[in-house]
Amino acid sequence: MNYWPLLGVAAVVLGFVLRLNPALVVVAAGFVTGLAAKLSPLDVLEVLGKAFTEKRFLLLFLLTLPVIGLLERHGLKERAQAWIARLRGATFGRLLIAYLLMRQGFSALGLNSLGGHAQTVRPLLAPMAEGAAQARHGELPEDERQRIRAMSAGTDNVGLFFGEDIFIAFGAVLLIQGFYAEHGIRLDPLQIALWGIPTAICAFVIHALRILRYERRLARRLDGDGAPR
Amino acid sequence: MITLTYVYWLLGAYLAALAWRGWRDRANPRRHTTALFWGLLSLLLFVAERLPPVWVGAAVVLLAVLAGFGGLRSGRYDQSSAEQKQAEAQRLGNRLFWPALLIPAVTLIGVLGLKHVSFGGTPLLETANLTLIALAIACVVALAAACRLTRQTPWSGVEQSRRLVDAIGWAALLPLLLASLGSVFEAGGVGQAVAEVVRSVIPVDNPFLVVVAYALGMALFTIIMGNAFAAFPVITAGIGLPLLVQHHGADAASLAAIGMLSGYCGTLMTPMAANYNLVPAALLELKDPYGVIRAQWPTGALLLGCNIVLMYWIAFR
Repeated sequence: MNYWPLLGVAAVVLGFVLRLNPALVVVAAGFVTGLAAKLSPLDVLEVLGKAFTEKRFLLLFLLTLPVIGLLERHGLKERAQAWIARLRGATFGRLLIAYLLMRQGFSALGLNSLGGHAQTVRPLLAPMAEGAAQARHGELPEDERQRIRAMSAGTDNVGLFFGEDIFIAFGAVLLIQGFYAEHGIRLDPLQIALWGIPTAICAFVIHALRILRYERRLARRLDGDGAPR
Repeated sequence: MITLTYVYWLLGAYLAALAWRGWRDRANPRRHTTALFWGLLSLLLFVAERLPPVWVGAAVVLLAVLAGFGGLRSGRYDQSSAEQKQAEAQRLGNRLFWPALLIPAVTLIGVLGLKHVSFGGTPLLETANLTLIALAIACVVALAAACRLTRQTPWSGVEQSRRLVDAIGWAALLPLLLASLGSVFEAGGVGQAVAEVVRSVIPVDNPFLVVVAYALGMALFTIIMGNAFAAFPVITAGIGLPLLVQHHGADAASLAAIGMLSGYCGTLMTPMAANYNLVPAALLELKDPYGVIRAQWPTGALLLGCNIVLMYWIAFR
């Protein structure tokens, strides 16, 4: 067993700890791993080039930005905040929990693209979450504003990750089935997908409780005695 | 037939427009390198599959160097004031939501509705990449709707997106670079080495501790690779299958399902999962690039604990 390629993992960790530019760290780690595994620099370039060509679809989210840019210039965020502020009973916590439930439900049905950071979080969810918190507590301090946005993005991730595995045609389930088939164990996709449900329920409960806990802390900080409003 | 190639051309044309506008933006202190970055990326979208992979690899390294040594900066954009935005929000009202909602709606219609549309036996959309093609079509439709609503041209949409694209900057490239690193790790046998190390430190005869090692191994290797799909075959072949299924007789289906989801817990905690964790931080203009990870890691950690209990309970029921 050749353990030297693990140096590539060490290079990644070191790069992130030293807060070097991640793009450079990743490419450098690629070369470290490749050379440690006795690939030539040209081999490494070839692997990088092939992977880039196959994975170019990861850039497609950029295509949503002209729409979002145009709408934001004409007040999309402002409108989202005003709209949510007028809804009675719409609190920051309820909004995020409702979104979490919806996101999990839709991705369990295989509708992963109904949501996402470029499509829904930046233009709609995050401004609405900020708007809901603002309607209740008045002007928000900058650090809480940032944290609310981060929570919105995290909620989208949790909803997506722990919903999609329930859908039988999703890649993860087929990957599991294919892996076992190669090792002589035949499984039905439904058998696998079913066991995603307990974790999905736990994910919903845990994340929803964390949202509520954050909301309570926010209220204590902003509405407490003598606290700045 | 509309194939993914056309979608890449569309994206390539958009990035070329960004590069050209960036080149002419004198307010950007690094306008030439910024333009070179987007221009090179645009070129790769047009021609990558026709170039020898080594050349593409060299271009990727050049992109990383441009990004890594501060070659990407923001310029000046035609922005409206807060009062103007408020006034526009008042004037356009809830109609502003429609173009934004058209993106998921049209994607959905494309995926569900156009799946079976074909002409003379040739499907309208390439079936292997249905979602991605539907998303691209949805972006075009939504842009047309947004232009009609705001009485602007598509070109001003491109101009307005520069503010966002420059805020994201090199982070846009990171998911791709990490996917490439995954390929190098695979070619270099990193996974086998990790599985070997984990296996040498766990007490093999205690099924609960092996369950713990399997779940933690999935999360840990996902944190390293940024991707549970890369971790799953390695850790399951190294630990899950030989030790839990074959040695201790665990149920294969539930073990793998919960094992995969333990990997997803790792995805919540790592900058290596750039498209979920770092790109949104840039998109939301957070000061802390790790802000999203900070907001979600406790969910990931608590859920990993639940997964260990669930896995032991269900796979050995």
